[in-house]
Amino acid sequence: MLNIFEVNETNKMIEQELLDVRTITLGISLLDCCDSDLERLNQKIYEKITATAKNLVSVGKEIERDFGIPIVNKRISVTPIGLVGASACKKTEDFVTIAKTLDRAAKEVGVNFIGGYSALVSKGMTMAEQNLIRSIPEALASTERVCSSVNVGSTKTGIDMDAVALMGQIVKETAIATEKQDSLGCAKLVVFCNAPDDNPFMAGAFHGVTEADAIINVGVSGPGVVKKAIEAARGENFEILCETIKKTAFKITRVGQLVAQEASKRLGIPFGIIDLSLAPTPAVGDSVAEILEEIGLERVGAPGTTAALAMLNDQVKKGGVMASSYVGGLSGAFIPVSEDQGMIDAVSAGALTIEKLEAMTCVCSVGLDMIAVPGDTSPATISGIIADEAAIGMVNQKTTAVRIIPVIGKTVGDTVEFGGLLGYAPVMPVNPYSCEAFVTRGGRIPAPIHSFKN
Amino acid sequence: MNRTIITVVGKDTVGIIARICTYLADNKVNILDISQTIVQGFFNMMMIVDTDSSEKPFGQMADELENLGDEIGVKVKCQREEIFTKMHRI
Repeated sequence: MLNIFEVNETNKMIEQELLDVRTITLGISLLDCCDSDLERLNQKIYEKITATAKNLVSVGKEIERDFGIPIVNKRISVTPIGLVGASACKKTEDFVTIAKTLDRAAKEVGVNFIGGYSALVSKGMTMAEQNLIRSIPEALASTERVCSSVNVGSTKTGIDMDAVALMGQIVKETAIATEKQDSLGCAKLVVFCNAPDDNPFMAGAFHGVTEADAIINVGVSGPGVVKKAIEAARGENFEILCETIKKTAFKITRVGQLVAQEASKRLGIPFGIIDLSLAPTPAVGDSVAEILEEIGLERVGAPGTTAALAMLNDQVKKGGVMASSYVGGLSGAFIPVSEDQGMIDAVSAGALTIEKLEAMTCVCSVGLDMIAVPGDTSPATISGIIADEAAIGMVNQKTTAVRIIPVIGKTVGDTVEFGGLLGYAPVMPVNPYSCEAFVTRGGRIPAPIHSFKN
Repeated sequence: MNRTIITVVGKDTVGIIARICTYLADNKVNILDISQTIVQGFFNMMMIVDTDSSEKPFGQMADELENLGDEIGVKVKCQREEIFTKMHRI
């Protein structure tokens, strides 16, 4: 039978170390909504989402109550709209109507984000996908809860550099379109390489075409719990440190597994995957950077940061896989700047640069995330940053992404406030040299060779 | 069996266990196990209870116990047992 120490340990994790389930994300296939008539398509999309997700938020709250564990977000991901709208949408404005429908449906069922305003163009873009991508700035400016993502490359196909060049412009246009909100639109736009079909985390969640009609995916969190646990291993060797992280990751993930199974049972929708990610929030004590500092770095960004992160990421997975029947999504430590107080402090202190963050993304999920850069950064430079990240993902057979915010009207030294879970960020300097001639060549970077690994 | 864990934390005073147990008895909740300690003057109790015979829905019972805790001046929390067994048992 359970004892008082075990019960107190769990409740301490929840109450003092900010253990929570970060998100229950309901993936909904919209493939059966496809129609050549735009109005009918919008109607079908609205009806399918509101019918499938009508109990999502109430069931989430019930589970919170029953187990005493906070479930921070209840969200929805849908089939990439680049596919769903292909037949009905002839111009960019047509796609924007779908974005507004998604926003309306999200508000109706009470979720805070809906992902899937997306295009998968790792090898090439159809006319519809091009139109969707070009509609992103207006779509994100005219909606509140819609998130957008574009997959521009993969290990199997290489990188679609036409899409990369276009996305540099789109990120910039989105920043301009949402200038009054400190370019907030860019916080809802992710550019991927090797995007997973079952990611529950925003802004990059979409419901892949290989998925079932509806599915429950759950993202766990808990950087604060890991940090507290390894405080007890201060000065110990790596073996003990790794064991501590693995045991903690197991416990965190078991909570996610329980919540996922309960949500699946109560909603009558199959369980998909648990995403084993350490997802920070701007709250003090809920930071991945603080874990790395507890491991032994004076500041994140110091030499040794990449090795420490690689170790942390691997141990979280090793502990987590045994706790869950199905693991998927992004599954890795997130290193967003604005959403992690330790990262913000490291940037402000000059310890952490974009280049070091790029190196860190080689060993963990998921990429250059929530990074504010000067508003006068050129589209070509943004494309160059996207291409660099995509290349890391392509060659290393992992997911990488870029969620970068060129904050219009701000420059290095300024701070930008996004609010809520998105936090705030100091504007970071970008390498001033141009890559315009590189990104505008056109065409594709071929898929890499899968042998002779060095 | 529908097992629930009730935890009570707060400043020690006379009658905490009595009042909680009276509420549980009135609502046909069977107590399976009680552990209790005092840490630095703070009362800390865990109960494992069976709610099978109780007619009240879980949410209502949890709310009423929380309110009772407020009256006594302690924090009472009800959680289904699975969150603990999942985490601490393989």
